[in-house]
Amino acid sequence: MMQSVHDGAHLRRFFSSVAAGAIVAASLISVPAPAFATEELNALVWCDHTDPALVEPFEKANDVKVNLKVYEGTGAALSILDQSRPGDWDVLVIDGVDVHRAIDLDLLAEMPADALPTADIFPEVRMEANNTKDGKTYAVTEKFGYNTVSYDKSKVDPKDMQDLSVVFSDKYKGRIALYDYYLPMIGLAGLGLGKKTAELSEADMPALKEKLAEMRAASKQVSDVVSSQTALATGEVDILVGGGEWITAVLSADKPNLDWTIPEQGAVRWAQSIGVMKDSAKQDLALKFVQYIVSPEGQARLATSSCYWAMPANSKAGEHLTDPQKAALRFNEQAEYLKKTQLYPIPSTELDQQFQDAWTEMLQQ
Amino acid sequence: MTATTLEDADRRKAWGFAAPALLWTLAFFVVPFLFMAAMSLWKREGREIVRVWNLDNYARFFSENALLQGLVNSLEITVIVTVLSVLLAYPLAWIIAERVPKRFQRMALILAILPFWTSYVVRSYSWLLVLSKNGVINQMLTGLGLIAEPLEIASTRTATVIGFVHFFVMLLTLTIYSNLIQLSPNYRRAAADLGANAFQTFWHVVLPLTLPGIMTGAFLTFVLCIGDYVTPQILGGNNELVLPQIIMLQLGRRADFPMAAALSIILMLAVTVAYVLCARWLKIERA
Repeated sequence: MMQSVHDGAHLRRFFSSVAAGAIVAASLISVPAPAFATEELNALVWCDHTDPALVEPFEKANDVKVNLKVYEGTGAALSILDQSRPGDWDVLVIDGVDVHRAIDLDLLAEMPADALPTADIFPEVRMEANNTKDGKTYAVTEKFGYNTVSYDKSKVDPKDMQDLSVVFSDKYKGRIALYDYYLPMIGLAGLGLGKKTAELSEADMPALKEKLAEMRAASKQVSDVVSSQTALATGEVDILVGGGEWITAVLSADKPNLDWTIPEQGAVRWAQSIGVMKDSAKQDLALKFVQYIVSPEGQARLATSSCYWAMPANSKAGEHLTDPQKAALRFNEQAEYLKKTQLYPIPSTELDQQFQDAWTEMLQQ
Repeated sequence: MTATTLEDADRRKAWGFAAPALLWTLAFFVVPFLFMAAMSLWKREGREIVRVWNLDNYARFFSENALLQGLVNSLEITVIVTVLSVLLAYPLAWIIAERVPKRFQRMALILAILPFWTSYVVRSYSWLLVLSKNGVINQMLTGLGLIAEPLEIASTRTATVIGFVHFFVMLLTLTIYSNLIQLSPNYRRAAADLGANAFQTFWHVVLPLTLPGIMTGAFLTFVLCIGDYVTPQILGGNNELVLPQIIMLQLGRRADFPMAAALSIILMLAVTVAYVLCARWLKIERA
């Protein structure tokens, strides 16, 4: 049974510390549905899909009840799927860098490319190399964002935040929180070394460890989403390295002093994809759900989900976002941001182990 | 019916009563435990879990300082929490049992365990707010002019210990209180008759007789504390990792179940050692 359990990516925006103690028992959230919905759709998702404002319009329009199960980390998702019967799940939301793992496990169904608004998706996040295989489309990018630098502009000099090297220095020592997910953080450490995330290799490990140690020495804490948000909001720290719009945008109304930027050296980009499960008996309905999620309306709702905000992959979603929402997401600055950022590292399993070990070592320092 | 037949019938009845509990334990503890122990001897290679018996995961644990340090941190924090919780819970339980009028004892107990009624996670996040730089404690201390700069409490081991102690004092208060109220007043009267003062009575009579309650609570505290992930994760700020956090790290992205299983077995061994120590100590005291 367990031999088919494979690598999985960790969800950065999920309430990790809340749910991490109960991966397999992750909450099953049923949003209100039409009283006499004729069909049900089961989706294994990230927490942003559980916002009723996102799902209800689809349920009403299609007379369906969507059952959403939230998971944390691709490893956990693949375990859940491993323990489920074929056909239990219809839709899967997965870390963009892990789509191929799901394809290799024969979990995802091919989707007709012309059924998806590929042309409307920001070119940098179409991620054909991740979402397709042998010319076939298995997933589509639905949302993306940045692991970069969030800060309290009333406490730190915004100019300093334009230079990533400040997080490796003593200037803000003890006022920095590090986001607790090793992949993007190692990507940022790599950027600090002037290395591209896609080119990080075993040979870089000593330098990466050194960079991580510098980051650690300057930081006060290493924390998950909720703790990071709490720390920034309460003034416990003034800078969050690894944060981004998904940390500050949702707080923008109450905490206008919280801001984020992409330093000159660049930052790391994350993306999440959605696909139809191969064994789903409701292929058409599942595809319809995927189409709704990547439609401009669905994208605007997903981007501003109550769990976390982040950029919609569909560039036309802007037509359905308000000006304050676009400002919080920096919607109009994406062209520049996308140029300055790189997808976070996709290591081999061996290198992944070394990354994780380096992160563990850093935490114990 | 002969005596033997009656004994057989009693034995069958006893097994009948015990069977559901035994089956439950077998199905939900013994079998999963054996499965976990077997998995700890497998290995993750690349993306596959290879079912070849080996001790690589254990060897890795003892050869990597970061992993070993997780156990050390777990043990240190657990011992500190257990000792502090006992020291705080005993007087509280004693006051409720001995000084609070009988008719108010139930209310006092409810008040003592009231925080149990809130979510463990919510309570931990609440502590984070209370202990933060701009939290209630720091605001009070700076407001009173006792400190010039806020204390760094949140995201430290101290914060983890505070969160734990708050929780376990409640648990220990219950176990110690239940022991105290079962204590016959005749013991104290007898001690007084023999000339013992209040302290001597407590030290030589009450305390030894309530040790089973203390040890039961302390052991429960130890078990729950050493296996806890939430409190160190929320309050500790990841400034040091305890073993459950390292276990979670193996699962979150990489799904390295064999390594996580090996670390869990090590955690269980620590609990077993604690149990053996507690059991032996109790036995000596009773003798």
